[in-house]
Amino acid sequence: MARYIVRRLVAMPLLLLGVVTIAFLLSHFTQADPLTSIVGERQMNNQAVVEAARKRWGLDRSLPEQYLVYVGNLLTGDLGISFRTKQPVAYDLKLRLPATLELVVAAMLIGTAAGVALGVVAARFHDRPSDHAARLFALVGASTPVFWSGLILLYVFSVQLGWLPGPGRIDARGAAPPFVTGMYTLDSLIAGDFATFRSALSHLVLPACVLGWTMIGIVSRMVRASMLDVLGQEYVLTARAKGASELRVLLNHALRNALIPALTIIGFSFAYLITGAILTETIFAWPGVGSYAVAAARELDHPAIIGVTIVGGAAFLLANLLTDIAYALVDPRVRVGGARGS
Amino acid sequence: MIALSRPVLARRPDWATLPVLIGAAIVGAWIIVALTIHWWSPYDPVQLVGRRLMPPSAEHWLGTDALGRDVLSRTLYGVRHSLPIAALVVAVAVLIGFLLGAGAGFVGGILDAVVMRLVDVTLSFPPILLAMAVTASLGPGLRNAAIAMVIVWWPVYARLMRAQVLAMRGREHVDAAVTSGARPARVLFTHILPLCWSPIIVNASMDFGQIVLLVASLSFIGLGAVPPTPEWGQMISEGALHFYHWWIAAGPGIAILTIVLGFNFLGDALRDILDPRSR
Repeated sequence: MARYIVRRLVAMPLLLLGVVTIAFLLSHFTQADPLTSIVGERQMNNQAVVEAARKRWGLDRSLPEQYLVYVGNLLTGDLGISFRTKQPVAYDLKLRLPATLELVVAAMLIGTAAGVALGVVAARFHDRPSDHAARLFALVGASTPVFWSGLILLYVFSVQLGWLPGPGRIDARGAAPPFVTGMYTLDSLIAGDFATFRSALSHLVLPACVLGWTMIGIVSRMVRASMLDVLGQEYVLTARAKGASELRVLLNHALRNALIPALTIIGFSFAYLITGAILTETIFAWPGVGSYAVAAARELDHPAIIGVTIVGGAAFLLANLLTDIAYALVDPRVRVGGARGS
Repeated sequence: MIALSRPVLARRPDWATLPVLIGAAIVGAWIIVALTIHWWSPYDPVQLVGRRLMPPSAEHWLGTDALGRDVLSRTLYGVRHSLPIAALVVAVAVLIGFLLGAGAGFVGGILDAVVMRLVDVTLSFPPILLAMAVTASLGPGLRNAAIAMVIVWWPVYARLMRAQVLAMRGREHVDAAVTSGARPARVLFTHILPLCWSPIIVNASMDFGQIVLLVASLSFIGLGAVPPTPEWGQMISEGALHFYHWWIAAGPGIAILTIVLGFNFLGDALRDILDPRSR
């Protein structure tokens, strides 16, 4: 057990180094000259300006040299300077990370709660209409592009019905709450500012639902399968025979055990959520890491692209590691391997 | 005796469940559209055929977009980009993953170590971020988006294939073949590989939908198809610019939803059939 965890922990930095290397190489074997995005198309004919920029951004050095410098800087938490914003990438990301975290956590809560509920319903009413309806709803969520469902929901709930606000994190007139965690809903609660809290929460609802819907499918599928498994076991029959209420049997007896295998999907769902967050943020003008990544990719802002890719890879690795460890702790049959997102 | 307990002439075979039929119908319909659309498309997908931003009407069932092109025609033509790309990406990713994975599992040693570390590192990226980084460095375009998708997807198959080969290598019939003097290549190709396909097929069918989604996502971001290509993700991003004219994004959105749903139905059912454990 301990050895398994130690081995996974030792592999982490190596995998991270691999991630860094690939991200670095990718952005340097590019067909487009990054200088065009630094000095602008018009200045590209001006030899002096181009040379100065090349020197200033370290692009005149050899590739191995640039790599060593990059990795060295990385160890001090320096991800380079964005061509686009002209600010340190690490600083940009730090500003934007809380927004993404708030969105992803909210989506995960919604997606997990809805997925578990649908999975239990589907298993309880196995092969009956509610089972099929639950599975269809989950499957549609996994099949709809978030950048489209986001648009549709915005149009319906914000424009047509007027129940929820439009894009953004907070009302245009309102000010952000004092910084504690960077998550507006939490910060406004800490500050005791309920007007801001309502504004932040109402802005969070739509994007979080859109994003959460994408992961309902994998959660409910897993919960349904393991609930079906557990519901057929003798101790459930015993509980029923002793006269336990249906709700008690489902929640206290069956679901508790059925949730263990469902733990593995946290890693899976994280992959969905990162993908979805990038696109959801673009639709909802959510000032997080996702919209930053999209802007960077559109404008060939290489330091920013590598930075986001590395941070995303690290977060993904960490999520998978935690999932595997949690699973190994809960279920001692797992010693090696374990599930991961793809 | 056991066989007799079931009707001998079942009217419908076991695998023909409703999801399979729905999935096959949807995917089949889209394949037919892709093959025949040039004969019956209402309008040319890239020509300006009407007034700008017209809501759905009798002449333009799904309205017209910001330039005055017919949304329905563009939506139908869009399948000619999504389907072939998904098929190509799956085929190439399976081929690469198959060769490297089978080689790693069968040969072992340094080849195994190198391939599997490469797999580990590639799978450490969230798929969309890796795809974005690759397309950003190769430059936008559907061809480069497809290359990015292959880079993202081959490790999944390599890992699967290696695990399968390793599992099969220990079987008795393989030992028998080896002792009877079969050469390694023959053992691999005739005794091991034919048994390794079912998880690959299940995964590929599930991935089809995911790949259609990811291609559309890359185009939506602006890294895939470039205008005026009638590609679904690209069309939705045009629709997002003209947010109040909801019909521009409606057609391509429904198109993506139906085709991905179709593939997911098929994949789910295939998984139940070929891999009974996950039922």
